[in-house]
Amino acid sequence: MHLVVCAKQIPDPDTPPSAFKIDEATNSVVPAPGISPILSQFDGIAAEAALRIKESQGDDSKVTVISMGADSARAAIKQVLAMGADEGVLLNDDAFEGGDSYTTAKVLAAAINHLGDVDAVFCGRQAADWDMGQVGLLLSEELNWASAIIAKGVEYGDGNISVQRVLTDGFETVSTQLPAVVTVSNEFGEPRYPKLPQIMAAAKKTVTQFGASDLGLDPSDVGASGSRLKVERLYIPETDSNVEFMEGDTPQEQAAALVQKLQADKLI
Amino acid sequence: MAQNILVIGELDDGAASTTTLELLAGASSLSDGGSVGVTLLGAGASSAATSCVGATVAYVNDDSEYDSFRGDQWLNAIAGAVESSSPDVVLIAQSIVGREIGPRLSHRLGTAVAMDCVSISNDGGATKATRPCFGGNAMATYGFETSPAIATVRAKSFEILESGSGPATTEELPGAGESRTAIIATEEATSEGLQIQDAPVVVCGGRGLGEAEAFSQIEEIAAAIGADKAAVGASRAAVDLGWYPPSQQVGLTGKVVTPDLYLAVAVSGASQHMAGCSGSKTIVGINRDEEANIWSFSRYGIIGDYKQIVPALIEELKKAAGN
Ligand SMILES: Cc1cc2nc3c(=O)[nH]c(=O)nc-3n(C[C@H](O)[C@H](O)[C@H](O)COP(=O)(O)OP(=O)(O)OC[C@H]3O[C@@H](n4cnc5c(N)ncnc54)[C@H](O)[C@@H]3O)c2cc1C
Ligand SMILES: Nc1ncnc2c1ncn2[C@@H]1O[C@H](COP(=O)(O)O)[C@@H](O)[C@H]1O
Repeated sequence: MHLVVCAKQIPDPDTPPSAFKIDEATNSVVPAPGISPILSQFDGIAAEAALRIKESQGDDSKVTVISMGADSARAAIKQVLAMGADEGVLLNDDAFEGGDSYTTAKVLAAAINHLGDVDAVFCGRQAADWDMGQVGLLLSEELNWASAIIAKGVEYGDGNISVQRVLTDGFETVSTQLPAVVTVSNEFGEPRYPKLPQIMAAAKKTVTQFGASDLGLDPSDVGASGSRLKVERLYIPETDSNVEFMEGDTPQEQAAALVQKLQADKLI
Repeated sequence: MAQNILVIGELDDGAASTTTLELLAGASSLSDGGSVGVTLLGAGASSAATSCVGATVAYVNDDSEYDSFRGDQWLNAIAGAVESSSPDVVLIAQSIVGREIGPRLSHRLGTAVAMDCVSISNDGGATKATRPCFGGNAMATYGFETSPAIATVRAKSFEILESGSGPATTEELPGAGESRTAIIATEEATSEGLQIQDAPVVVCGGRGLGEAEAFSQIEEIAAAIGADKAAVGASRAAVDLGWYPPSQQVGLTGKVVTPDLYLAVAVSGASQHMAGCSGSKTIVGINRDEEANIWSFSRYGIIGDYKQIVPALIEELKKAAGN
């Protein structure tokens, strides 16, 4: 089996709100000093899901990790290689810049078609930067493959993939034919943590780079010029902080003060 | 400028879901005299359509095959409604249905979707969609280069219309055809009684509780406020640790709640958590960290160890209830 993991490098979402800054002129996030970008967490979990299937299938299976991004995205690729993926693909081209979810899916789909023999693609449920949660589904439409989103568990058998999905109030197990796109959620569990020897081994694995022309893409169809959705304004919302702390010498007094406030405000 | 709007509705126990009614309210103000269509699929759809205040036309099919959501079947039906209503804007809830239909429909119609929006405006005929991003640290307003503009909308972004008329006409959509996915099993979460989305008070526990057992104290707070008023939620960190069920998770990847009172105990107030509760009328924190992010959103707070504060609070709440 050939499994693909789509991995995106993003600004660390645990950046404290005080260090989170926006450049309103370019509608972009200013990298917080001293905080390195990371592999979007759900993509690490997607990699874990793909690797477990690979391991259950034995030696002739492989996992390829694909990332569209700047040269720095190699770090995200290396991380998935250290987890156990076999090969990496970096999709880096000026023409890809400034794109939306649609052009991202278009480029990823072109890369997957270029690889040729892919059975299943694993994405995160959403990239933890823009929080869109649509590239996996757009990819399945681009490729005309089946899809199952927000997976908590994934199993493979007899040419079908069975996915346990998280619903609003419960779970559902669906079976879908291959090829398919699966998006993975945090309920799946933690991804494995690579150890030093694996990190060293990852350094030796190949990362192939493709640009628009390698994938037969017209530069005007991708990136900013191919986008259908445009960010017109990016800003930090105001929060009104007028917190009133409950005074008191003992927890009892503080609790009593709070209950009084809540009663006065008719909240309880 | 008048716009035709199509709302992809959902049924909840045979009635139009609350979010469907919210979307219809949003649609009628956006439409500016244009048509407002609503699609409803599944058993009871035609009768539920009559309660869709704000809609001018309903597109329905009562086929119970639609009761369990399968994207490909729904997309085929929705394609029919799109063809006959030629919408400028399509609104869908940010639900299990919307998370899948939004992107797939956008692709099939050669257009784009903005996911998880909290406000939509009609700017002289151009649709603008605003949504939180970067875990709630930022907001982005989008414009569309293609039509229709599609948006999935976060729960409670519009207020339901109190009065008005339902759809004047109803059109029949085709019944469900084949699907590439088969549903093998479903498992309902056992959340009995008051749901967190509906409760006027939500008491939420976080990782700072330190252990699963401490959630019984959170439940005690809720019980002291009243089982008919208060429900219990949890942060993702607490859910990921297995301390509380995923159905109770509040936040960006959990549920959106807007109670009158949101009491966050040992919750840091990370932006992704606040994404699910910042619309609450009054937020109260109990946290031992003076610098916790929760204070940026709180009206009242107690700084201290919950192990001391919570038992005292339960006692005071019981006293208050006794009066
Ligand atoms: C894409 C994405 C989506 C996410 N979605 C969600 C989501 O839907 N919901 C969600 O909740 N999170 C979500 N998160 C995670 C979020 O970023 C935080 O990690 C999480 O909310 C932290 O949970 P917490 O506040 O319970 O834990 P912590 O951040 O660990 O905070 C614990 C708090 O408890 C306090 N505390 C500790 N001990 C005590 C004590 N004895 N007494 C009083 N106070 C004490 C501490 O001071 C601290 O403030 C998401 C993250 C990402 C990246
Ligand atoms: N630039 C990218 N490179 C590789 N994968 C991506 C990229 N952008 C999005 N993805 C994949 O699509 C998922 C959903 O992204 P999004 O729709 O942007 O929230 C992510 O979790 C990744 O698996």
